[in-house]
Amino acid sequence: MKVERGEVEHVALLARLKLSEEEKEVFTSQLNAILDYMEKLNALDTGAIEPTFHVVSHCNIMREDEVRGSLPQEASLENAPDRAEGCFRVPKII
Amino acid sequence: MYRLTIHELHERLKRKEVSSQEVTKALLERIREVDPRIKAYLCVTEQKAREGAQEADQRIATGQISPLTGVPLAIKDNMCTQGITTTCASKILENFVPPFDATIVKRIKEQGGIIIGKTNMDEFAMGSSTENSRFTTTRNPWNLDAIPGGSSGGSAAAVAADECIAALGSDTGGSIRQPAACCGVVGMKPTYGLISRYGLVAFGSSLDQIGPITKDVEDCAILLNAIAGHDPLDSTSIDLPLPDFRKALIKDIKGWVLGIPREFFVEGMDPAVEEKVWAAIRTLEGMGAKVKEIALPHTGYAVATYYIICTAEASSNLARYDGVKYGFRAPGSPELMAMYLETRSQGFGPEVKRRIMLGTYVLSSGYYDAYYRKAAQVRTLIKADFEKAFQGCDVIVTPTAPTPAFRLGEKVQDPLQMYLSDIFTISVNLAGVPAISIPCGFSKGGLPIGLQIIGRHREEERIIQAAYTFEQNTDHHMKRPRLS
Repeated sequence: MKVERGEVEHVALLARLKLSEEEKEVFTSQLNAILDYMEKLNALDTGAIEPTFHVVSHCNIMREDEVRGSLPQEASLENAPDRAEGCFRVPKII
Repeated sequence: MYRLTIHELHERLKRKEVSSQEVTKALLERIREVDPRIKAYLCVTEQKAREGAQEADQRIATGQISPLTGVPLAIKDNMCTQGITTTCASKILENFVPPFDATIVKRIKEQGGIIIGKTNMDEFAMGSSTENSRFTTTRNPWNLDAIPGGSSGGSAAAVAADECIAALGSDTGGSIRQPAACCGVVGMKPTYGLISRYGLVAFGSSLDQIGPITKDVEDCAILLNAIAGHDPLDSTSIDLPLPDFRKALIKDIKGWVLGIPREFFVEGMDPAVEEKVWAAIRTLEGMGAKVKEIALPHTGYAVATYYIICTAEASSNLARYDGVKYGFRAPGSPELMAMYLETRSQGFGPEVKRRIMLGTYVLSSGYYDAYYRKAAQVRTLIKADFEKAFQGCDVIVTPTAPTPAFRLGEKVQDPLQMYLSDIFTISVNLAGVPAISIPCGFSKGGLPIGLQIIGRHREEERIIQAAYTFEQNTDHHMKRPRLS
């Protein structure tokens, strides 16, 4: 087993997911099966190979710093689950 | 009337034999008649479509007509439509009404195209059967017990069932081509960067690409003309002059070399798929093409590579769903961390959670090099395989999927088996090259089979020409499922 149940709990917390006991069980076994399958990549010696993170090579696309239209405050807040005084409202943080 | 292609409808609109309002009405009636069985749509925008059709008719009356003017189209529900819910088939976005249009939606509207509805999909485009939708199960119009393919299953089923004239899908690992193959229609994933992703809800940003799902190859070229091109709002979109893709609609493939990758014709492939794909290759040979066996040696590593890269990208992209600015928020949490945890746990379905977990794991401290970096290195090898293979052939021809559409429920319990149904399509996304799936026959049970034609980087014209040549010499694309 590559991934123990405790590690699944740790990863879930990193991903901000709360898993039920049953989900922890199922994900532990499924993640192990999938990661076992991914082991096959170790058959390849890739020591000297540059990684490809993106297939297009352009980088640092610049534009003029011009004032452009943006989303009005009202439209930005329209989908908010909770709002107050022109802001997004969230539960207590501190 | 609902059976028309874009180009057939355009000719009739131009000659004023039919109005956009009439065809829109016919399609809305067709949807009412068959969609209770197919369930291709998550939302039908009846009122807006009728208004759009009226406007289009006014434009046409004054002689302003583009190839899309007055043509009703369906859009996968992961592309933002101003004022129309865009849910990604997820509870976490069930009430999200975008305040802006995706660039491709904007372009369609500017050209007078009509959006008739938003189509069902696997939640966040994660899946190969559309069974991961949180809202409804779409069925294959050719057999209601079979999957329509995925993740753009709603769009492919809507085209096959004549519930729209054409549709748009998105393809991260085969999500346009595999459902197109399952439903017997044409689907293209263009070169990465050819079409703006602005307003497409992100899944795997280095792999995602929007593309057309249509009734024939000519419509594919028309839709591509309408939506392709550079967009300053998407820094990965290619800023180069575009061809007129319709000019590639040429019935001639004489002297072309078709590369047949030996790794794609392996044991375990469905016999009907093997038979029909080889018959298609023989047909192309009969039209003057030459067949050459080629090697794509790293094909066997593509699924593992893909599911590391796409889940890593997905886990970062989906971090934005936190219940703060839009979408679902779980009620009743007294403090912020509990709100995040509850919102995401209730908002995402099982496959999305599984991929977020996998992606978080492969990116987490201590595993990054072993998984994510390793996969990115193998991606280099897969990309190089294509570059080398294309030195000796003009296009590569393969099956789109290893089997015809499987039965609903058959693979839902086994995620790895589901992932393997993308085996022939995902290396194309990893390499960023274009590919098209066209119908090439039927299984004994009457389910469609797809032929995939892969081209070099930015050589959409070549795959259109090869696909058009095949289509115009066969009649698979003329067949329609019996639904009435």
